[in-house]
Parts: sequence; structure tokens; C-alpha cells
Amino acid sequence: MYAQLVETGVKKVKSQDEMSQDESDFQAKIDAEIKIEAKNWMPEAYRKTLIRQISQHAHSEIVGMLPEGNWLTRAPTLKRKLQLLAKIQDEAGHGLYLYSAMETLGADRDVEVEKLHTGKAKYSSIFNYPTLNWTDMGAIGWLVDGAAIVNQVVLQRTSYGPYSRAMVRICKEESFHQRQGYEILLTIMQHGTDAQKAMVQDSINRLWWPSLMMFGPTDDDSPNSKQSLAWKIKRKSNDELRQMFIDQTIPQLEFLGCTAPDPDLKWNEETGHYDFGEIDWSEFYAVLKGNGPCNQERLAKRKSAIDKGAWVREAAVAYAKKQESMKGA
Amino acid sequence: MSEYPLYEVFVRSKHGLNHKHVGSVHAIDDAMAMENARELYTRRCEGVSIWVVPSKMITASALDDKEALFDPSEDKIYRHASFYELPDEVGHM
Repeated sequence: MYAQLVETGVKKVKSQDEMSQDESDFQAKIDAEIKIEAKNWMPEAYRKTLIRQISQHAHSEIVGMLPEGNWLTRAPTLKRKLQLLAKIQDEAGHGLYLYSAMETLGADRDVEVEKLHTGKAKYSSIFNYPTLNWTDMGAIGWLVDGAAIVNQVVLQRTSYGPYSRAMVRICKEESFHQRQGYEILLTIMQHGTDAQKAMVQDSINRLWWPSLMMFGPTDDDSPNSKQSLAWKIKRKSNDELRQMFIDQTIPQLEFLGCTAPDPDLKWNEETGHYDFGEIDWSEFYAVLKGNGPCNQERLAKRKSAIDKGAWVREAAVAYAKKQESMKGA
Repeated sequence: MSEYPLYEVFVRSKHGLNHKHVGSVHAIDDAMAMENARELYTRRCEGVSIWVVPSKMITASALDDKEALFDPSEDKIYRHASFYELPDEVGHM
């Protein structure tokens, strides 16, 4: 999940009696699965929640390019380098689809990016972890993109039309990311040296828990979920999505011949799901607050990219003006 | 980027099909809009032709006009082929 702890600004979901006529008509449309479009009436809190969620989602895609960018010049083969380049370009594209969807709600892209840079807007906690070896590229593709897919497949049915359509486009492209990641790990597990195989296990050990944290706090500690679910901005709860991810990932983990760093992980015959250990939520909140291993580095990189690119944007404006004046001459 | 105007992007996915709206891009001029649209919306052979149009050039029907514009067609069922009942002997028409 690329959006975590999205505030709705709503203390309690309104009952039918407490709603105005507009609110009641709006909720009826949501309940009937009619998509909300940009020009339709919507409660101000719905609009603001969506702007927060979509911008957070977009920021995550953009910041998410950085951990992988770290390995572009060190990819082991030209083929792997091209694949990684294509994946990173996709992340940029996904960020842009989402910023466009956000703009339909009247939000300004530069203003929202500025909020990211000043720390007012969040991005997914997962991108604040370092990428220490090549196998991290495999583990990120498989686990991080895998977790994102679980969330995003469900979000294709989100109630806001432009967000839903962006999700459809993103999901079409995302499964390449997961497969290329898994293939990196599988190739090493099948043909690598013992030292290389140990690197795969090390990547999984480091990225396993942060990947599970991507789905956000447990349902009991997720005060905003209720309203987001009622508005169908979210379609499934954090815990439901996390369980789906674990259930589909463990067989893939076993096929690799690797293990998860969780002694409590085991199949539960009764529930038909995997049981798993307690997540260290203090780590999650610390990373979200800005105290993860790479928070400062990531934000500094983003700011510097915007600042250092200023002359390019100015040159483009000057060039466009010149072309325009030559047309008139 | 938001100081750059917004363009709407339309892509023809195959020869013989019409252009379809796929999204939008910001660009300072038409040429940049075309380049951005190509990079953003056709990285996987999604199209054979792209249109970019400044968003402000599009006139959209107003939401409030929905009834005035579209409701009248609902009671003109005689505009559909299925309204006309012909005997089976006539065959397919």
C-alpha cells in the first residue's frame, strides 16, 4: 500500500439522518457503485481525503525511484540494467498519472510537491530503507511491488473515477515489476554461488517486515479507515490486504527455497490463512515520522532534483516564447 | 510543472479505431506536450497515433444541462431499429 494513515478529518461516519440532502444523494451514488467524477458534487472531506491519499500515492511512486536508482549503474548485466531502467520509468509514469488524477480535484501539483518537501505530506514508509546489495532489486520488485499490487488491484474499484482509471492503467504495468524482481531472485537461487544465495536471504530478512508495514496499521489502530471504506475510497481494510499478501507470497517464498524472518509464521488449517508474528509498530511510526534510515536522504534528493532542474524549466519557457514570437514575425 | 498549461491526450490504439482520451500532461508548448504524451502513455505499443489538445480549448457539456441534452432521446424509441416489428418471412433486415 502506497498510502498509509490517510486522514479523513472525520471523527465519526455520519448516519443517514445526520446527512444533508446532497450528502445523502452522494452516499446513495457510492452505495450503488456509481463512480464520482470531477465535476460532481462531493463532500469537502471526501475531496480533501482523496487529495491527501492520491498525492501520498503519487509521492510514493516518485520517491520510490530513488532506492532503485542506486543500482542502475551497478546492475550485473546490460539486460538487467535495461529492465531496471524500464521499471523506474514506469514508476515516474505512475506518479504522473496520479498527480493528474489529483489535479482533477482542484489541487495544484507544485503545491502538493512542496508539501512533500516540507514534510507535511507523507509517502510510503518502505522507501526509507536503504538498498544495500543487488538482490534488494529483486526483493523490492517481488515484495514491495507485490504488496503494492495487492492494494492497487482493489483500488481499481475505488469510488473516484479518475483515481480508479489511473489504477487500472498502473495495474496493467505493475505485474512486469513483480515478475522481473522474482526472476532476479530465482535466477540467483537456482544458479548462484552460496554467497549470492545468502544475499537473497539477507534482502528478504531486511525487507520482509517493512513490506508488511506497507499496508498500514492494524484495523484497530486505523481510525480513518471507517470513513474511507464508507466512501469506498478504500475497498478493503489494512489487515485484510496484509493477509491476502502473506497468503499469496509464502508459496513463492518456499519455491525460492528461502525463509521469512518470522518464527511465528505458520499455516493455519482452521482459518485457511497463514498466522504471522507481531509487527514492530514502533518502527513503523518512527519511519513515518521521518526517522527511518533514509528519510532525510530521500527528501534531500527530491528537493535537489527540483532545484537543479529549475534552469531546464526556465529554458523551456524561454524557448516556447521565442518560437511563439517567431511565428508572429 | 503546474505553471505549464494542461493538455489532454488522445491515443489511437490501432489503425481503423478512433482516438480515445487517455489522460493529460503538462507542457509549455505543443511539441513538448507530444513528447510527454509519447513517454507517458505509449511506452508499450499502446498506440499508432497521438493527439494532444490544450485542455482550455475543450468545451464540455455542463452537468446541469444533462437532462436538457440527453433526456429527450429517451422517449424517441422509434429511432431504434428494434422499434419496428417485421414478420419473420421478411428475413434478416
